[in-house]
Amino acid sequence: MNSCLETIRDYALRSIGIGERLLPRADITLCEQFTLIGSGLIWNIYFGALALFFGFFLATAVALARGARNALLRKPAQWFIFVFRGSPLFIQFFLFYEAFVLLPKMGIDINLGFVEITAETRWLTRAWLGALIVLFLNTAAYSGEIFYGALRAVPQGDIEAADAYGLTGWRKFRRIVWPTMLRLAWPAYTNEAIFLFHATTLVYFSGFPAWQQKGDALYYANYFADKTFNPFIPYPILAGYFILLTLAIIAVFGLINRRLNRHLPQERRQMLRFRPNYIR
Amino acid sequence: MFSFCTDPASLPQLEWFACYLTTGKHMAFYGSFLVVLLLLLVTAPVALAFGFGGAMAARARFAPLRWFGKGYTAVVRGVPDIAFFMFFVIALDQGIEWLRHKIRCPDWEQPIRQGNDFVVCAQAKMPLSNAAQWVHEAYGFTLAVLTFSIVFGAFAANVLFGAMRAVPRAQVETAEAYGMTHRQAFWRITVPQMWIYALPGLSNLWMILIKATPLLFLLGVEDIVYWARELGGAKTSAYSYPHPDWRLWYFLALLVFYLGLTRVSEIVLGRITARLSHGQATLGGQALRKGAG
Amino acid sequence: MRKFIIATTALALSAGLALAQETVRMGTEGAYPPYNFINDNGEVDGFERELGDELCKRAGLTCEWVTNDWDSIIPNLVSGNYDTIIAGMSITPERDEVIDFTQEYLPPEPSAYVALSPDVDLKGGVIAAQTGTIQAAYIAETGATLVEFATPDETIAAVKNGEADAVLADKSYLDPIVAESGGMLVFAGDPVPLGGGVGMGVRESDTELKEKFNQAISSMKADGTLNALIRKWFGEDAATF
Repeated sequence: MNSCLETIRDYALRSIGIGERLLPRADITLCEQFTLIGSGLIWNIYFGALALFFGFFLATAVALARGARNALLRKPAQWFIFVFRGSPLFIQFFLFYEAFVLLPKMGIDINLGFVEITAETRWLTRAWLGALIVLFLNTAAYSGEIFYGALRAVPQGDIEAADAYGLTGWRKFRRIVWPTMLRLAWPAYTNEAIFLFHATTLVYFSGFPAWQQKGDALYYANYFADKTFNPFIPYPILAGYFILLTLAIIAVFGLINRRLNRHLPQERRQMLRFRPNYIR
Repeated sequence: MFSFCTDPASLPQLEWFACYLTTGKHMAFYGSFLVVLLLLLVTAPVALAFGFGGAMAARARFAPLRWFGKGYTAVVRGVPDIAFFMFFVIALDQGIEWLRHKIRCPDWEQPIRQGNDFVVCAQAKMPLSNAAQWVHEAYGFTLAVLTFSIVFGAFAANVLFGAMRAVPRAQVETAEAYGMTHRQAFWRITVPQMWIYALPGLSNLWMILIKATPLLFLLGVEDIVYWARELGGAKTSAYSYPHPDWRLWYFLALLVFYLGLTRVSEIVLGRITARLSHGQATLGGQALRKGAG
Repeated sequence: MRKFIIATTALALSAGLALAQETVRMGTEGAYPPYNFINDNGEVDGFERELGDELCKRAGLTCEWVTNDWDSIIPNLVSGNYDTIIAGMSITPERDEVIDFTQEYLPPEPSAYVALSPDVDLKGGVIAAQTGTIQAAYIAETGATLVEFATPDETIAAVKNGEADAVLADKSYLDPIVAESGGMLVFAGDPVPLGGGVGMGVRESDTELKEKFNQAISSMKADGTLNALIRKWFGEDAATF
């Protein structure tokens, strides 16, 4: 038991480079497998949470552009959604990585007039930034489609009521359209969040190289399967962690859902249903 | 393929490409597109059947069956599909061989697990080790279909479960008032009507399935991604057609294939939705009626 | 994770032997020239294909070739999806605990660094390797920064585009790549002796099969055909028996 605590101390943060430098190589214990795979989960959460957070804003913009009357706005949004929803994430990772590698290594100087910023393009080939960008664009496309559907389902009466109260422009959007859209989109958006977290396992598996053996949960599960030649222990551990993660996401999104629906009479509150509407 | 392909190194560019793109390996690559399409066409109905079974189980009045149905959908959906694919096929294969072993070789006295080895009697091998080449391939393909179906069946079960509940309660009550049993009402009223409610979810599931096919190579089926990698990688002169790293072009071709498949699916699913909406008391059905009148 | 069989069944050579014999399924990776690769006709080719067919002939076995992903090549062997691994697999103590090896059919072979210039920092720089290889494990223990890629192709690409300073891989894999790079890639530092010789992997319970292949390998070593085969695929100055 004591040795397990030591293992946790050595490896719990290994995936972000803190702790023992070398991975366990021989006589691998269950404790080591649980600790390291759990450590890798930090990256899955990092990718999932940040992509979801940034993607949320882009998705709203994409949904509005997709519904715009102006073809200059509508067409690019339609194509963006079609390309990212119509192709496997696998291929998106590959193409983006190839493109990022081609960028000059030196960094690009951006002159903003008063201050000069050097954009470090070399970070783009690292998973923490490059993969995050791909996941961000990907989830923005999926959520954009969900939000667009919800936008079209906003009841006409709500809009008319807003007009009657004299709300216009930004205020009407912020106070009436947007909250209703979110409320309608929330069940499907919850699914998107779950699938995004599942998709983060592809980052090191097919997309980006792992540096200094710092990888996500699947990377370590793969490592142990490779070292022990027994796939029946590490992968079920990984599966167990993900079931817990999925439950946590459902709980958090359920809380937000309750808040979004708090003004509705009890029986009309939409039950948060976990239905598989969107995935990559 | 062509008669002038005997010495590729001496060919001018156009002929070189004509030969290169028709090598046996490229033929296997083109064939793998058919394998992917076949997998999609076979998996969809099988997964739907799994989903239907799962949804019925989740609705069952017999509690253990209901727990099983709900557990199946909850667990399988909670796990990323890659993690599932990484160990499931071997487990499935061993499970099948273990069952056959128990039936065919009841008086085998050696243990099945010998250290790390999984050893069953020769008659229980699946397929038999002297079986023809295509039998092995068909078996591998079947395992892949089964694995995909179990994963996507869990998602389909969830959609169908929701769709069954979405059929207006009054319809079932009316059926029961006409003297139908619970079973009759389910098969004659609920099942025919649930499809329109299930269709949006199922069409999305189909799109998901299309995009999950690159994972086929994890299941041991040599699919388009496997061949694109294999063909695109830089080739030294150990090969008849040496070339630098061309993976980018192969992956772009795959991108076009997937986008095309998505577009065709969108059009077909749009038609099916329109068809199923006929005479339904939904917004879509109303719109169709107004359009026709 | 079973891979479909690519190649055709090696023909049973004599009619008498063809009776009542089991088919031996030979598992390989098919992505590691010149050891084993898929040729332009879509068949398994390379040193190990030729060696394997000859061994089967000498042992009087009917053999069939199967390709399998490197990651799961051992789990699928112990699970019985094929009967041997003949995929340039070095004999290591870890692997030997799980499966059995025949005697070596290739002497221990050094790994080498390849870089854009011969004077890169191999101890502190960024070194690429394929995930899960002995080379990756070795770099992790030196002070260098390890970058792992899923396929050997990507490791070479990483050096060419500057992602990594050097790549560490089997020297025989790198030789033709360096030779054909037109001077772009060069060997850096000294070759590193890693791992043992290369042998065929079989299930621990399959002692009979192991013996058959051991005898066949011995006979090929004795009459010099093995050395000739090594020179044919790995060059005149390759290490032989």
